[in-house]
Amino acid sequence: MMHQDRSRPARTGRIRASLLPLAAAFATLLTTANLAVAEVAGGTVKIGVINDQAGPLSDLAGPGSVAAARLAIEDFQKLSPSVKVELVTADHQNKPDIGAQIVRRWYDAEAVDAVFDVGNSAVALAVQSIAKERGKLVVYSAVGTVDITGKQCSPTGLAWLHDNYNLVSGPIRKLKSQGLDPWFFIAADYAFGRNMVQESQAMLASAGGRTAGSVFHPLGNADYGSFLLQAQASGAKVVAFANAGEQLVSAMKQWNEFGMGAAGQTPVALLMFLTDVHSMGLQIAQGLTTMTAWYWDLNDDTRAFAKRFFGMRGTMPTAPQAAVYSAILHYLKAVAATGSDDTATVLAKMRATPVDDFYAPGATLRADNKLVHDFYLVQAKKPAELDRPWAYYKVVETVKPADAYRPLSESECPLVVARPK
Amino acid sequence: MFEILGVPAQALFGQLLLGLINGSFYAILSLGLAVIFGLLNIINFSHGAQYMMGAFVAWMCLNYLGINYWAALLLAPLVVGATGIAIERLLLKRIAHFDHLYGLLLTFGLALIIQGVFRNQYGSSGLPYQIPPELRGGQNLGFMFLPYYRGWVVVASLAVCLATWFLIEKTKLGAYLRAATENPTLTQAFGINVPLLVTLTYGFGVALAGFAGVLAAPIYSVNPNMGADLIIVVFAVVVIGGMGSILGAIITGFSLGLIEGLTKVFYPEASATVIFIIMVLVLLVRPAGLFGRAA
Repeated sequence: MMHQDRSRPARTGRIRASLLPLAAAFATLLTTANLAVAEVAGGTVKIGVINDQAGPLSDLAGPGSVAAARLAIEDFQKLSPSVKVELVTADHQNKPDIGAQIVRRWYDAEAVDAVFDVGNSAVALAVQSIAKERGKLVVYSAVGTVDITGKQCSPTGLAWLHDNYNLVSGPIRKLKSQGLDPWFFIAADYAFGRNMVQESQAMLASAGGRTAGSVFHPLGNADYGSFLLQAQASGAKVVAFANAGEQLVSAMKQWNEFGMGAAGQTPVALLMFLTDVHSMGLQIAQGLTTMTAWYWDLNDDTRAFAKRFFGMRGTMPTAPQAAVYSAILHYLKAVAATGSDDTATVLAKMRATPVDDFYAPGATLRADNKLVHDFYLVQAKKPAELDRPWAYYKVVETVKPADAYRPLSESECPLVVARPK
Repeated sequence: MFEILGVPAQALFGQLLLGLINGSFYAILSLGLAVIFGLLNIINFSHGAQYMMGAFVAWMCLNYLGINYWAALLLAPLVVGATGIAIERLLLKRIAHFDHLYGLLLTFGLALIIQGVFRNQYGSSGLPYQIPPELRGGQNLGFMFLPYYRGWVVVASLAVCLATWFLIEKTKLGAYLRAATENPTLTQAFGINVPLLVTLTYGFGVALAGFAGVLAAPIYSVNPNMGADLIIVVFAVVVIGGMGSILGAIITGFSLGLIEGLTKVFYPEASATVIFIIMVLVLLVRPAGLFGRAA
């Protein structure tokens, strides 16, 4: 079995060869989409969605990403009813070893063509090398580390949502330009928080800004009173949180409790999802600024998707979940168009075709495999401004890629460096 | 104004006060654990989950029944305590005569189940809960801004801790409890319903966790995992204070809150570790804990 799996292209070739006379005989009856069935290994495109299904990240991605994947497949089948698509899902429990083991099995033994979401930087880095070795496709949604399309970039690893650079770029440019400076950082003491603060400070310094101080708190910290008092005493105009989920929720609850907003400081969440705002309530979250790749209440198309999603999950979709939909649909369209599930063929088609959906209309992949799309600088509304359930954000500014992405000229990705300009 | 190790004294007073407030949570939670261990010999690993239940019951009271914070403060401990009584009657009772380890495993398993059920039902990112309107705002003390709610937390937890101590150490009911712990057979021979005492004690300890959960709901994230991180720290507090020592749990809870608060000023990265370092040191010098009696 192992041998067969390793020599997949050869096997595919044999199947194709055996199907060829058959296909030729019925050629007049077949549409292009039907032809695609004959070209896809096993006649079925198999995609896997892996993420944290029950842990701290399960609301922002989790089962919601699986629902988004089902919607993408449903929409794709309307376009190409004859291409069979099979979806498998798994829980990596935020453990790189478990994630790596499942993805390895998917690629090697279960003929999975492409993996989506992943949604945890540590797991993503483990999956990246497995996909690269096997020449298989993986498309990341909520993966923050800049390394995934930087130092550790891979020809088969695509980033569909954001990285830490995107996330910090908007708030820093905007607030600095409004004269809000210096900044104080309250960050979680692990790779994510450290990396976020490092990216922020570099960007702040290049914009002529100043860091008034920073504290790194242990993961899972529940009380932020002490750090908030330190932030207050620092004289910073902006207090930026580089922690996520429940930590951000607790920190903001206490921000309100300590009357920080009234004291004239502006809170910024460097990483926040719609579900976090829902958890805080607008009473607590109001005024909080963050950067997001997508928001459900942008236009009629996004609202239409959100409505369908809400019907399945009872919550509005987060940006990572919408990204999973978009990535899967774009991938499947490329499979149908090329009539193949061969990674290089499909990838070439994905690159050549701009994304055509509500998530990132017209977006394209650049040389380091990051999808280039607009970002939105958003602010949590005041409770009185909330006119519909879940419409928590007001869009302050649409941030164009030129301002939200690290220029390719500064990229550390070997794919970019190797390519002549 | 003078400074201590580069930190202005005023800021330091503020931080000490904050530490005392956090210590309140440690004190109530470790008190519940100490009561349960002291009288039942059960290492109650589901204490964190029961603390979480307290916060969730407060949320449910508000959102399903329109019951406000103050009523929830009474009602949630009763509800959570009642589930504790059911657990004791249905499960813990059956393994009472086995080794401690069985109780530990059972309650740990229960904690995982309870957290799983809540996560399945309410998701992982948590639910909103506001500070009651009466306690919004705060007072500028000169050296820090003290939110009224924090002040209330200290007062409420101190009162509950002292009342519990008084109940167990100074009343007739407490005397029965202590007697039942020392020698259940003899106590029962005097006509005291020992199984009932044991059940009620577990229910009371669990209700304390529920009470702490309601206190925490307005200021911490109300989510299914909120007790999981805290419970480890609280166990360290109980071990430092001496397993089963009521006064030890209270005093250690407050003082470790202070120490943790200071660590957050001087070296925040270590604030989660400092309690465990102290635990190691205490265990080296006094294996039974600061206030514990050697077995």
